[in-house]
Amino acid sequence: MSEIILELDGIKKRFDETDVLKGIRLSIEKGEFITFLGASGCGKTTTLRIIAGLEQPDAGRVRLNGQDVTDLEPNKRNVNTVFQNYALFPHMDVYSNVAYGLKIKKVDKREIARRVEEMLELVQLSGYEKRMPSELSGGQRQRVAIARAVINNPQVLLLDEPLGALDLQLRRQMQVELKRIQKSLGITFIYITHDQEEALNMSDRIVVMREGKFEQIGTPNQVYYHPRTSYVARFVGTANIITGCLKEMKDNLARITVGDKGEAFALATHRQASLLKPGQEVHIAVRGESMTLLREPGRGLRLSVTEKSFAGGMLRISLDGGELGELVSSRQGIDSPFGPGDLVTVFWEPEHGVFVDLEEEDEKTQ
Amino acid sequence: MKKKRLRFASIYQAALLLLMYLPIVVVVVYSFHASKSTIRWQGWSLDWYRKLAGNRGLLEALKNSLILAGLSSGAAGVIGTLGAVGMARVSWRSKGAVEYISTLPIMIPEIILGMVFMAFFAAVGLPFGMVTLVLGHTSFCIPYVFMMVKSSLVGLDKSLGEAAKDLGASEIRVFFDITLPLIMPAVLSGMLLAFAMSLDDVVISIFVTGARTNTLPIRIYTQLKSGVTPEINALCTIMLAVTFVMVGLSRMLGKKAPIN
Amino acid sequence: MKRRSRTMDRAKASCWTKRAREGRWWMTVIPLYGFTILFVALPILYLIVLSFLTRAQTWGVVNQLTLENYARIVKPVYLNTFKESFQLAILTTITTLAVGYPFGYFMARLPKKRKTMMMLLVVIPFWTSALMRMYGWIIIFRSNGILDKLLMWLGVTEKPLKLLYSYPAVLVGMIYSLLPFMILSVYSSTDKMDWSLVEAARDLGATRLEAFLTVTVKMTLPGILSGIVLVFIPSMGLFFIADILGGGKVMLVGNLIQNQLQSGRDWPFAAALSVMLMIFTSIMIWLYRRLSGVKDLEGLL
Repeated sequence: MSEIILELDGIKKRFDETDVLKGIRLSIEKGEFITFLGASGCGKTTTLRIIAGLEQPDAGRVRLNGQDVTDLEPNKRNVNTVFQNYALFPHMDVYSNVAYGLKIKKVDKREIARRVEEMLELVQLSGYEKRMPSELSGGQRQRVAIARAVINNPQVLLLDEPLGALDLQLRRQMQVELKRIQKSLGITFIYITHDQEEALNMSDRIVVMREGKFEQIGTPNQVYYHPRTSYVARFVGTANIITGCLKEMKDNLARITVGDKGEAFALATHRQASLLKPGQEVHIAVRGESMTLLREPGRGLRLSVTEKSFAGGMLRISLDGGELGELVSSRQGIDSPFGPGDLVTVFWEPEHGVFVDLEEEDEKTQ
Repeated sequence: MKKKRLRFASIYQAALLLLMYLPIVVVVVYSFHASKSTIRWQGWSLDWYRKLAGNRGLLEALKNSLILAGLSSGAAGVIGTLGAVGMARVSWRSKGAVEYISTLPIMIPEIILGMVFMAFFAAVGLPFGMVTLVLGHTSFCIPYVFMMVKSSLVGLDKSLGEAAKDLGASEIRVFFDITLPLIMPAVLSGMLLAFAMSLDDVVISIFVTGARTNTLPIRIYTQLKSGVTPEINALCTIMLAVTFVMVGLSRMLGKKAPIN
Repeated sequence: MKRRSRTMDRAKASCWTKRAREGRWWMTVIPLYGFTILFVALPILYLIVLSFLTRAQTWGVVNQLTLENYARIVKPVYLNTFKESFQLAILTTITTLAVGYPFGYFMARLPKKRKTMMMLLVVIPFWTSALMRMYGWIIIFRSNGILDKLLMWLGVTEKPLKLLYSYPAVLVGMIYSLLPFMILSVYSSTDKMDWSLVEAARDLGATRLEAFLTVTVKMTLPGILSGIVLVFIPSMGLFFIADILGGGKVMLVGNLIQNQLQSGRDWPFAAALSVMLMIFTSIMIWLYRRLSGVKDLEGLL
């Protein structure tokens, strides 16, 4: 049985007339690596600051280990933060930075020395004790910031886009590092990012946030393969949203007519299968990499290629979806037999088509 | 074409600098003059420095000036720093007005400030002397410290204080561990500037000093009006050396300031 | 019912903690508030009151309100002083602008290392005793002094010029003392300037002079205005320069005030003069803010 370490109970927050958080609720288990994923301005940083105690919610409670800490000052909470810009004290060397929290708690000097040494070893910075923050590289500062927070044995460690300032290669390396540190310490990590790759790589659970609300909470697998809404589908792994009319539903397998473009297939859950009726308008999400393109006509959507581009090791083929807007199919490799103007058949395995709820904004734009 | 312009700029700057330093150099050179006369050059000597060491009145005035500058820049250091730190956090409506009034002493002509203090101290019945001098000087020392500290606080990363609190520090510890060390260069350079201004001040001192308290600038001023002995040159030269050390010191402090 | 009281308690609690978070910081501004109110605001208020009081027969003031002090300012003797003081101030300001602008401008265009060096060189005289520098000028201007010797040696003049205690000597002293303010003001706004704008103007066909007049001058206007304010205001009050280098021949408003205080013993009149000067100063600062749109004077520190 895992125990609940942190509970957010109906947190609301307003900043100058805008509702930044609209009553969010969440329980986080001990030892979990949970990621808040969302675009900037979705309220994820505010959530973090409320947990840290740097911001006060207008309504709702924060419970840490069952104890209500909503009104507790940040220095009275057993929660530590790794700040976005690291916030290392520029006038203290690495040792003093890492030792700061223990010094405040009046821990014995020899004990501090021992634990700082241990920590620096953990983040692979042994021998850097006397360096000033200005003499460190971005990645090293990042490690110091983590050591400085983790040394206090917090019940929860909050990380606010900690890898945002690093370049891609270092970011990948630090992802592995962070996961290793989290595993070896068993501390609960609450991680904030707008980078879906980071979220998918590290988290036990992902919370997709949008405009002060939770859009979906689930494992990386669930969020990636079974997005609940079109927003999640688009934000996590940029999926194509296809709208059509449900033709028939047989053993959870759905056939959908998409205008004059052809037919699309999707696999529904039992619940969805029982709710959806033939003739109804439905929306499905299909990832670009699940799509297969063929020149011959067949079962699928008949679309024309508009553009071919190459990015990040992936070949992206844009398709004119008519009323559906632009669809993008992607696959590994650098070239394909199709070029702009070609008419192709697009199809995918039914389980790669997932029913999603259409978000309000999309409805408006359609 | 471009080179020609560059040369003109250099010559212009050099010439103007020469003019700026000319009076200072003249004073320094004549402090080593063997004779009192400035009409004809009569050789080098250290006589005036020796005489200065024996001039009780002048040394007394110097002592007074140093005490005055020390006390007022010290008081301004405390009041200005605390004020700037507090003003950044307090959200009172009177804040802007008080801030504006507190910087008036360096905005209005010195003579008005002198007049203001003279009339006020007389009306209140405060005896003119060191106390009135310190009060008057503190008033124009505060803005230097306040403005310096205020601008350094603006550049201070807010998340540093948050990080310290997050690590368990109380507000007071945050102030002493983080804020104060980081704004210290600004505090010190503000105080140094205030010290120099106080040491140099004639106008306000003339108005608020008592009959028995002489500061160095007042003494030099009265001598300049009646008749100068080159001991003054010697003293000025020493003060100049002190100034150089102070400017150097403040530069070093400025360099040490962490860039963030 | 019970539930409601609990939420009330919560609201109260969070209100208290919020107050605790703004904290006891208000205590740190108390010295500043106290000092400013007691030793800046109150004395200035008293000066204004004093300017409406009546002078006593022998010494001190009588608590009788009057406008006579202000009426006296309009008398030709005093009005003339204001006029002369104004003229000198304007002359000083124009000269410092003409001399200081190129200096500050060139300074901002120096490479970084030499820029800080130059800054230091400009600031050092500013930090040395003003009296010491005036004394240097006395030695230079003195009859048969350095300047006379030089001019006679060059064959420009035959007799000592008796420059000390003259209007030009006072003017030189003023310009000399106030020049650093102008240089630093111009420098700080030139330094902030976006040079690509000048390049853009040149690219669009402006000659170097046109680009300078239409872009550079406009962009450095806050610095120019700030320099004008910082030079003009003190130049009305620097009585000791007029005293030392002018030997009593040049009267500034500052000298008038000082005379009234120390020899004339007419404090209310001196107060009225000060109030006039203060009003004038405020108008200049207000104008500066209106024209430049900047709150703080450029290059003050």
